[in-house]
Amino acid sequence: MPALLKRLGQALGWMPAGFFGGIEVPDRKLTANEPIRDCPVPDVLILPMKQHIGEQCHPCVHIGDHVLKGQKIAATEGYVAAPVHAPVAGKVVKIEEHRIAHPSGLGLPCIFIEPDGSDKEHRYDPLPDWNTRDPAELRERVRECGIVGLGGAVFPTFIKLVRDQHHPIKTLILNGIECEPYLTTDHRLMLEHADEIVRGLSILRYMVSATECVIAIEDNKQDAVEVMRQAIVRAALSGVRVLAMPTRYPQGSEKQLIESITGKQVPAGKLPVHIGVLCQNVATARAVYHAVEHGRPLTERIVTVSGEAMPRPGNLRIPFGTPVRFVLAQCGLEDIGDGVHVLHGGPMMGERLRSVDVPVVKATNGLLALYEGQIRGLNTEEQPCIHCGHCGEVCPIRLVPNLLADHCRNDAFERAEAYQLFDCIECGCCSYVCPSSIPLVHYFRYGKGQLAQIRRAEAFAEESRRRSEARERRLAREREAKQARRRARKASQSAKAEGGET
Amino acid sequence: MHILIAIASLGGFALMAGLLLSLAQKKFRVEGDPMVEKIDAVLPQTQCGQCGYPGCKPYAEAVARGEADINHCVPGGERTMHQLADLMGVEPKPLEEEPTAPMVAFIREDECIGCTLCIKACPVDAIVGAPKQYHTVIADYCTGCTLCIEPCPVDCIDMLLKPELIEHWAWPLPETERARIGRERKENHARAA
Ligand code: SF4
Ligand code: SF4
Ligand code: SF4
Ligand code: SF4
Repeated sequence: MPALLKRLGQALGWMPAGFFGGIEVPDRKLTANEPIRDCPVPDVLILPMKQHIGEQCHPCVHIGDHVLKGQKIAATEGYVAAPVHAPVAGKVVKIEEHRIAHPSGLGLPCIFIEPDGSDKEHRYDPLPDWNTRDPAELRERVRECGIVGLGGAVFPTFIKLVRDQHHPIKTLILNGIECEPYLTTDHRLMLEHADEIVRGLSILRYMVSATECVIAIEDNKQDAVEVMRQAIVRAALSGVRVLAMPTRYPQGSEKQLIESITGKQVPAGKLPVHIGVLCQNVATARAVYHAVEHGRPLTERIVTVSGEAMPRPGNLRIPFGTPVRFVLAQCGLEDIGDGVHVLHGGPMMGERLRSVDVPVVKATNGLLALYEGQIRGLNTEEQPCIHCGHCGEVCPIRLVPNLLADHCRNDAFERAEAYQLFDCIECGCCSYVCPSSIPLVHYFRYGKGQLAQIRRAEAFAEESRRRSEARERRLAREREAKQARRRARKASQSAKAEGGET
Repeated sequence: MHILIAIASLGGFALMAGLLLSLAQKKFRVEGDPMVEKIDAVLPQTQCGQCGYPGCKPYAEAVARGEADINHCVPGGERTMHQLADLMGVEPKPLEEEPTAPMVAFIREDECIGCTLCIKACPVDAIVGAPKQYHTVIADYCTGCTLCIEPCPVDCIDMLLKPELIEHWAWPLPETERARIGRERKENHARAA
């Protein structure tokens, strides 16, 4: 009966629809009550040339140049890209490859800036009258300010901010879910900067002319729900709802959140805009507000520094480029002992850092220090699959993880692809519930990587074939032309010879 | 009498079927040998000649005719060998040579005398230059076939390892006991076959 009532409530739109699958994870929000504090500026900041999804940027400053805070230091002509800005005023001391937070341990070209201690700042023109401006101008501003999705996906934000005739946006969703354990950045942001988030929401809403707005927050953050409701009343906005969603991982994932709120699924291979939805993180909305109303580019973010092995966990406002080692030291973790591991991101989707000499980037939402005993992959042996089906029950994409993992392990990549390997969002639910401790997500990453390499090799082979065939044709043409010339010469010679005889 | 009718009707059917078939063959004729195309499609197009044929297409033709074995393409490695085995309907065979890491040619420009010999050797037109000018390799097009090394009279071409790009990095298999056992079993299987 309660289930029936729930279905009825969902059908009538009184209750959020929820999404398929998912798991309950212990939330361990150690830092929920820690106010945001400023991280000091380190001696040198290291800014990677790619902190977003898309094309890599190129430096537009030189070694020895003096830069202002907020000055653009790297950009690219590419479309899917976000420029990089100097987080502090100072001098460019080096431009060279440096290790970044990436599972490969490889590096990227980085700009090294030594702060000069001054706070000279470059800002774009503030646009407080944004509601009289062309949305295209605001979009250009969002792009110029290097804003990317701050939930962790770091997809350039301006790309999603379009008014498309064919796909008008009806619903704008602000994502304040933060379903990963430990992380409290969005939570603190909503508590401390609710008004700025609401301003950002208004700007976004104006840009895409959405008719209704939803601010989605999980019900383990009731205080944030209250604060956001009050902020909306203060701003006297209509058509904005604050929804307290039942806590469930991975509700913060874009497609799952949309399914939860609207009851509609984004079809595989399609984008939310195709069903009239735009989804943005609350921190992104705040960044948009700063970019538009104050002309301030994205140069810092809030990071949760937490974990059981962190002596003084907290929420820190950190300029991009700050070395992780420096940040950890601010929270009391000076040297990292043997049994301690540092994670970049949350415990479900984050990466274990091989080295803490990497900079904080736009994607860094958390830095966690955990004891070895807490990390499952390090303590359990993979056992054979017992076909219990738990993994399929929790997969929010409705995949069949055990079969997929088998195909990946056996290098049957095409078959894995036919089982929709690329729809997997790597949320980790399946690995989490697997009683046999199979590192399912790791197999999927392996499979995806191998498939990507095969595709690249095929594309390269195709290109080479095209070039080699073009060359064959050219050589044939040249041979032909040569023979034709020879024939012509012969003909004219014999003609001359005949002419001589007569 | 009956026997004559039977012969006539059956003969008539046979004639009709024959006519239809010959017409169909004319109408739906496939240009080129489809098997050669299929085989060529799975070859890596490095055009290096390590298979003993002057390029991928000739090797594909030889395999289709049944002249060449399926395990001679070195850059293609195991994957290509398995694909060829599938296409030809034969058992997989172990490779004779392991593929090397991907390479790319590099011309030391200050030593190049601009003789254009390497341009003539390159099967995919990946070298640009003009007589008595520096030549250079378009790294994105170079297949690493090494055919340009031999003709260079001043030996100014090096083969370098293709740099590893962070975007192209791929996760390895998990290092678990089961993954290892599975891998070994597969390798043994391939060797036995
Ligand atoms: S949860 Fe693990 S053991 Fe159960 S079916 Fe999935 S992979 Fe197999
Ligand atoms: S990691 Fe992929 S397969 Fe596993 S539950 Fe998440 S989406 Fe499904
Ligand atoms: S060895 Fe392979 S890549 Fe090289 S020419 Fe022969 S078929 Fe082509
Ligand atoms: S440049 Fe040299 S190695 Fe590269 S494809 Fe051409 S001939 Fe082969």
